[in-house]
Amino acid sequence: MRDTAISVEGLTKTYRILRGGQATNRITDAVINRLRHPLQRPKFDEFHAMSDVSFDVPWGEAVGIVGRNGAGKSTLLKLLTRITAPTSGLIDLGGRVGSLLEVGTGFHPELTGRENIFLNGSLLGMSQKEIRRRFDEIVDFSGVEKFLDTQVKRYSSGMYVRLAFSVAAHLETEILAIDEVLAVGDAEFQAKSIAKMRDAARNGRTVLYVSHQPQTVTALCTSAMFLERGRLSYYGSVDGAMEAYRDTFESYQVQQQDADSRPGSGALRFSRVAVTEQTQDPVDDIVIEFATFANPRLIGNYFVSCHINDNDGNVIVQCDSRLTGDWFDPDKERRGELRIKSLWLKPGRYSVDFYLCQSSGVLDIWEAADSFEVLPSSPYPEITIDDAISHGTVLADFQYEETR
Amino acid sequence: MTRIIVRPPSRLNLPQWRELWEAREVVYRFGLRDIVLRYRQTVLGVAWVVLQPLASAGIFSIVFGSVAKLPSGGVPYFLFSFAGMLAWNVFNNVVSRASGSLVANQSLVSKVFFPRLLVPLSAVISVLIDFAVAFVMFIVLLFVFRVNPGWEIILMPVWLLITILFASGIAVAASAITVKYRDVTYLLPWILQILLYATPIAYSLAAVPKGLLWLFELNPLTWLLETVRWSTLGQPIPPVWQLVALPVSAIVVFLAGVLVFQRYERGFADFI
Repeated sequence: MRDTAISVEGLTKTYRILRGGQATNRITDAVINRLRHPLQRPKFDEFHAMSDVSFDVPWGEAVGIVGRNGAGKSTLLKLLTRITAPTSGLIDLGGRVGSLLEVGTGFHPELTGRENIFLNGSLLGMSQKEIRRRFDEIVDFSGVEKFLDTQVKRYSSGMYVRLAFSVAAHLETEILAIDEVLAVGDAEFQAKSIAKMRDAARNGRTVLYVSHQPQTVTALCTSAMFLERGRLSYYGSVDGAMEAYRDTFESYQVQQQDADSRPGSGALRFSRVAVTEQTQDPVDDIVIEFATFANPRLIGNYFVSCHINDNDGNVIVQCDSRLTGDWFDPDKERRGELRIKSLWLKPGRYSVDFYLCQSSGVLDIWEAADSFEVLPSSPYPEITIDDAISHGTVLADFQYEETR
Repeated sequence: MTRIIVRPPSRLNLPQWRELWEAREVVYRFGLRDIVLRYRQTVLGVAWVVLQPLASAGIFSIVFGSVAKLPSGGVPYFLFSFAGMLAWNVFNNVVSRASGSLVANQSLVSKVFFPRLLVPLSAVISVLIDFAVAFVMFIVLLFVFRVNPGWEIILMPVWLLITILFASGIAVAASAITVKYRDVTYLLPWILQILLYATPIAYSLAAVPKGLLWLFELNPLTWLLETVRWSTLGQPIPPVWQLVALPVSAIVVFLAGVLVFQRYERGFADFI
């Protein structure tokens, strides 16, 4: 008998992808296929979403799970919360796992807030008694008491999320798994939620936290794992995990250049993305050239979106061509240039992600398409100590004037 | 504290009965949700539950009793078909409400863990409510038509349980298969429609030609309907082999359905 919160041994999750086209979702087709080819067995390609992962998490830890797109963060959480079953290996849990994968699942829009608290609570594994006992606390925390008997479909999205998070946050499970919820809600509610999660860990419970924004991991977690292509490549201190995350940037960049290994439907992909100036000053315009392949059979125009990320993977700015009304026709190969004006980046290394999308879905995601360095030259007239610019994420063109 | 060990599912994947029992409140909450949703934002509201069986029994007694003049074993035709509808509605509603339930709740299935078997099973709750209302009406009708069914009517809960086992076995399997093959949603109503006519619901077995009788007697629903009408209307008792085969087949169908469900279950979150 172990005394860990979570022990995992040789955990593997394999997805089978049918070779040779689409799997049918019609039983008639399935039966006809079987009759036509009675001896043929369907062939599958195996995709290892998680391979041979082992670790022990002691009680009272808040563990952050970081990794790039497709590294297996969500798969790991789904396995630990038992939403999906492992292909091999063993998971040994020291208690009930409460999960909070995308808040508000299980909320029904036609039901009132009160009804949803009970429905959602029982789905998450609370007993009626437990819910009734903590009902006032839940309502208090969410701050929607006035609208308890209103149907949830009439809620603002903020209220909806606050209520959903409150239910889950009051779960008394020994282990709590959270997938990116802090991105929602206003600042005050975020602070409340973070405090709540810290409390959970302090009371000896174990919190697992998956994030695509590494800064929240730094703020919240006592230890962290770094996942890379379905393998656990680092488990230890938060700083260590963040360092591992940064160190793998270059190999990740090389891997992503192969269009087939990138996520997205693949109906149309980028052929090239390049930042024109690899080193620049904070005040310089950032100019990024991109080119796409052609797919004349693709119907509908597409748009592109660009993320500029800092060294820790936090998205600093998003430049979406929908905002400027630029849509492109996939009929021929296209080349374009994105010019970002009046963004003053702080000195440091930045990476560029490019997305190619249609309204119906994402065609290509090219993370770490390129990177550039902003030189430590100050755009300001006076030279001061670092303390004057160290707070804040970006720099800005500002001036002070005395008014009367 | 008990530790939870998760291993890959084996080939014969039996449900964790203890886990199902511990999560029974989910069934209750789901059932409550179904009922609330069904009667919120409807004009007639709860009157639906009363109107539905009356209307279908009415139309059957006009078509089969007055137009086609089929025999009804000496009881008023309306009562005869109402008793048939009692059992048939439980079967039909469980199957049709439960079969699409997993797909309808797909966001839950792919994001929260709870015993998934509870999703289709919870459809039984709202069907039970409908049945309770219809059964009270049936008792009233017995008095109105002055029909005395005898002591056998107290066996009704047994037949109800058997019907539910039957229906939920089929429903649970269908709901799991629907996750993978969506056209089951279209296939099932059609099969139910055929069953409605292939089963002596609105007519009695006495109206069936001798040469075809064996075909009807192969259908377990025939046994059920005959048994229910023996129990509620004082009709002749069905042969002993049917009385024995009925509960046995109900249990077999239920367990088979659960096994099919469990076989598909491990893939749910990946497929949906």
